[in-house]
Amino acid sequence: MIFQGSVCRVGDDIDTDVIIPGRYLAITDPRQLAEHVFEGLGPKWARQIQPGDIVVAGRNFGCGSSREHAPLALKGAGVSCVVAESFARIFFRNAINLGLPILVCPDAVRASKERETIGVNTQQGVIQVGDEVFPIEPYPPFLQELIEAGGLVDWVREQIHRRNQNHE
Amino acid sequence: MLLNDVSGPLAFQQFEKMGASRLPDPERVVLVADHFAPPPSIAAAHGLYEMRVFSERFEVDHFYDIGQGGIEHSLLPEKNLVAPGDLIIGGDSHTCTYGAFNAFGTGLGSTDIAAAMALGELWFRVPESLYFEFTGGGGPYVTGKDFILRVIEEIGVDGATYMAMEFGGEGIYGLNMDERMAVCNMAVEAGAKAGIVLPDKVLSQWTTEHGIPGNLAVAPDSTARYRATYQVEMGSQPLVAAPHSPGNVKSVGEVARRRVHQVYIGNCANGTLTDLRQAAAILQGKKVARGTRLIVVPATQQIYRKAMEEGIIDLLIDAGAAVSTPTCGACFGGHMGLLDAGEVAVATTNRNFRGRMGHAEAEVYLGNAYVAAAAAVAGDLIDPALVTSASKGGSPQ
Repeated sequence: MIFQGSVCRVGDDIDTDVIIPGRYLAITDPRQLAEHVFEGLGPKWARQIQPGDIVVAGRNFGCGSSREHAPLALKGAGVSCVVAESFARIFFRNAINLGLPILVCPDAVRASKERETIGVNTQQGVIQVGDEVFPIEPYPPFLQELIEAGGLVDWVREQIHRRNQNHE
Repeated sequence: MLLNDVSGPLAFQQFEKMGASRLPDPERVVLVADHFAPPPSIAAAHGLYEMRVFSERFEVDHFYDIGQGGIEHSLLPEKNLVAPGDLIIGGDSHTCTYGAFNAFGTGLGSTDIAAAMALGELWFRVPESLYFEFTGGGGPYVTGKDFILRVIEEIGVDGATYMAMEFGGEGIYGLNMDERMAVCNMAVEAGAKAGIVLPDKVLSQWTTEHGIPGNLAVAPDSTARYRATYQVEMGSQPLVAAPHSPGNVKSVGEVARRRVHQVYIGNCANGTLTDLRQAAAILQGKKVARGTRLIVVPATQQIYRKAMEEGIIDLLIDAGAAVSTPTCGACFGGHMGLLDAGEVAVATTNRNFRGRMGHAEAEVYLGNAYVAAAAAVAGDLIDPALVTSASKGGSPQ
């Protein structure tokens, strides 16, 4: 995957309550969730996020609640990927499961500025910020397989299909 | 495999999209209506409806609707659905609570639970471990809540990311199961995958009383390796996590005199019978301060009933508390007690992120039930020892 996008910077320990507050958790439609994305940071944030934006975060992005509404709200808002110094465990799994690209690259986080356009190339495993190119931390092979399948839903669908065939 | 009314509806959609037409092990699936229960909106009512439909269609017997259960993590042990050595996955980050019973409980998103329901299996990375040895119990108002706050203060809110935490030592072996649940519940607040108490006599007594097999309890062998080990000593005063992070830990004395508008005693960490007894010990014969409100949420129907039988509910109502039906309620900012801008709350819950319980300009202090009840009486944050000693022979405020 190759993206170019405008940087939207957030800080350390951005929790999933901040990404999508609890009072909206009865909503399941990504576009409706997107109307409230990052509302925990303030009421204007949902309007500031534009389709194609790259969210650049510090440490421990997505900590707290396991709500899958958080990666869904980011996808619904058209966020192309999240680059962070590190991710919290459940958010990490959820994003991969739903096909939201998330990349660990502390150097790119330090180098990129608000609303700067940066480039991400997951095939080559690099992020370009200005003239500098930074390597992305690679995923383990099994996760790579999940990502290439388009997420966990399609991967499981294939498993079920295979099991049914073996059964026949 | 556990789902609630927030993680459930998304999981059911994914289960369908995966092309799963049957649930291989319906007896291994537990569904609990707790977050938006009773529903505060039509959208929430629909989520609960979807749980009922799923439980009917796939014959899930362990479905606990409004009035039949309570908050999931307090409920499962009551229903004998947790045993030492179990692997429990839940569509809720606080699934790590079951470590109190020496089970490996871990939180996941809806899609992972849907996959596990469809296939009967799931991928896991074997985590590294951190070991915490609690050398002693601390002062009279120091509880399990303070143990885990002390740990998060030590290692930080991402100090255990992707790791398992093991808890041992005389301090933790001196806690009852309720307080151990409070310790394990907040392991995720340090980023942990699980938080597990090593087996001891208290655990064996619990398994015997509940008629649950205890032979699969897990303990480290002589070759166990840890990423790090910690000796944890508890102080004399209870702790609080100040706004806006569970890692912003201070002794209650350091934040004393902070004006408090709302006190919330409940949630999956600290809505147990032990918590209600602790609150009652402080509130006995006293009144909630003018300008402060107290909301108490027993975590399950059984806890509610036992508290009633012990006279605790009467005592709380006499003090001026609003006692709620079991629900996750305001803990996650859903309903039943959200905060306005500028308001300050003391809560026995597990997260005080900005905006978690309502307005982004509200402030939440996390503390144990003694601390919460003392704040309700004083109207300010205060060391509970001062509330009890001041009241001897004195009249309620």
